[in-house]
Amino acid sequence: MDSGIIVQFFQQIINGISLGSIYALIALGYTMVYGIMRLINFAHGDIYMLGAYVGFFVTTQLQMGFFPALICAMVVIGITGVLIEKLVYKPLRSSSKISILITAIGMSLFIEYTTMYFLTPQPRTFPPVLPNTIFHLGDIIVSFQQLVILGSTVVLMLLLWYIVQYTKMGKAMRAVSYDTDAALLMGINVDHVISFTFALGSALAGAAGVLVGIYYNTIDPLMGIMPGLKAFIAAVLGGIGIIPGAMMGGLILGVVEALVSGFISSTFRDAAAFGILIVILLIKPTGLLGKNETEKV
Amino acid sequence: MQIIKSLRKYDLALIAASVVIFAVLEVLIDMRLISSFWRLQIILIGINIILAASLNLINGITGQFSLGHAGFMAVGAYVSAIMSMWYDLPFGMALLIGGLAACLIGVLIGIPTLRLDGDYLAIATLGMGEIIRICILNIQAVGGASGLTGIPRNTTFAWVFWIMIITLFFLKNMINSTYGRSCISVRENAIAAAAMGINTTFAKVLAFAIGAFFAGLAGGLFSHYFSIAHPSSFTFLNSYNYLTMVVLGGLGSMTGSITGAALITFITAALADYPEVRMIIYALCLILLMLFRPQGLFGSQEGSLLLRRLINRRKEAGTHGKTLGNQ
Repeated sequence: MDSGIIVQFFQQIINGISLGSIYALIALGYTMVYGIMRLINFAHGDIYMLGAYVGFFVTTQLQMGFFPALICAMVVIGITGVLIEKLVYKPLRSSSKISILITAIGMSLFIEYTTMYFLTPQPRTFPPVLPNTIFHLGDIIVSFQQLVILGSTVVLMLLLWYIVQYTKMGKAMRAVSYDTDAALLMGINVDHVISFTFALGSALAGAAGVLVGIYYNTIDPLMGIMPGLKAFIAAVLGGIGIIPGAMMGGLILGVVEALVSGFISSTFRDAAAFGILIVILLIKPTGLLGKNETEKV
Repeated sequence: MQIIKSLRKYDLALIAASVVIFAVLEVLIDMRLISSFWRLQIILIGINIILAASLNLINGITGQFSLGHAGFMAVGAYVSAIMSMWYDLPFGMALLIGGLAACLIGVLIGIPTLRLDGDYLAIATLGMGEIIRICILNIQAVGGASGLTGIPRNTTFAWVFWIMIITLFFLKNMINSTYGRSCISVRENAIAAAAMGINTTFAKVLAFAIGAFFAGLAGGLFSHYFSIAHPSSFTFLNSYNYLTMVVLGGLGSMTGSITGAALITFITAALADYPEVRMIIYALCLILLMLFRPQGLFGSQEGSLLLRRLINRRKEAGTHGKTLGNQ
């Protein structure tokens, strides 16, 4: 009896990590955009949905394999992200917070329902692009898909880490997020940096979309709403604007959700995520890795 | 003294106007000159005006960004439904208890979360609203995911209209009172307000509680009109819809909230025949509105003020013309 619970516990941890790594990928986009523009990009979840659809079309129509599909989705979605930023968010950069937020939610609705209009609301079945191999570690089951998801996430995060820490663009991104005006005075092209951030964040969300398509097998136009909100919670949990925080937040959220749905009830899964959000906001609003800022007049 | 007198006169004029509007609409509805579809829309406009105006108190007047209004509405809808179904209370009492329950939840949620501000508060209230909805979804006694059915159909046009009028008068007077002024000062600058001796936490929680109370009333009217309360009527997107009404009219303007609620309900109804493009057009309108008129239709001003200004300008133009003529 006891060993059964322990096995289930570890099984849920493994499921949670693979789910959490997807949340983390989406959360990275949220956190980077927020760090630079102070904008909660509510459309980010829908960008991830578009990624899943791009993945679906290149695998079914063009018969691409997993890696080409992943890269293809990342490129297409990265470009889409930049277009959205240029057309919609850029003119609003100096507006009030509430109007930017309304626009972001409007954009999210627009993407959802346009996709629904053109691609019908029916869920589609993702083709099996990865073998259904299952590994047994004792009593714990790990699927090949979970390993691929985890592996791709780790590689993408390392890549992101390299870009942000060691390239010139990454340095510019950090400078803009630290102080936009000062960065502008130092000759950094803030517009380019913001576009680049959107491209990077959207590409990661696109990759997450393909990975989710493979993991859950079905995709639909409204699939982005809940993961979008959850990824945002993950970003807040880790400390919004902080890249390692988003990774950590995503993993914690994934594991907690898996444990709640495994041991309590899967209907309380979403409530648990929001509960985490409320608790973290009340105890440490700047997130686990955030620094407290003093209030200035 | 004169100001008070003129205000009273203004109030009386407004009450007279609302009686006239009520009589006209009631006659039209009674004589079945309005189709059932538009009758439903008129009721919805009334309910949405209550919601938008109460949300305006929180978002526009006090400047606290709340995205959880549908949660309070849900509490009011379910509690009042239970009151009239299980305890056979009269409709008015059931509504009142629903409103008070929402108000209580508002205070309970407000006290901890209102320490946050800006984006964090928006997300926290969004989370609270979703938690309320998910909790209702999991309580089998109130129908769970299939909703609470068999609620007596007590809501009539008269109930909606007069509760709407009471809400608007209450909020108008509240905004012009000491409490309302302190709410406005919190919006303008919370630190400066605190330095001037205003209890900012009290002002915020008060606004939250009153907003939640009226949202609860609206919820009660809603569930007693459709005779069903369903968790899917109270999602984050519904909260967002009420926020849109407030922002469309202009944050901080009661006239704006009324116009926004009426306009959005009307647009939604007018596009009901084209369900597949309805949301696309709606989203596009929002984006375009934010791009070209982010302050909303009325800005933060009241319709009465704009009207008075217009009259004054006319008068001034008139006297100006006269003086020119005399010269």
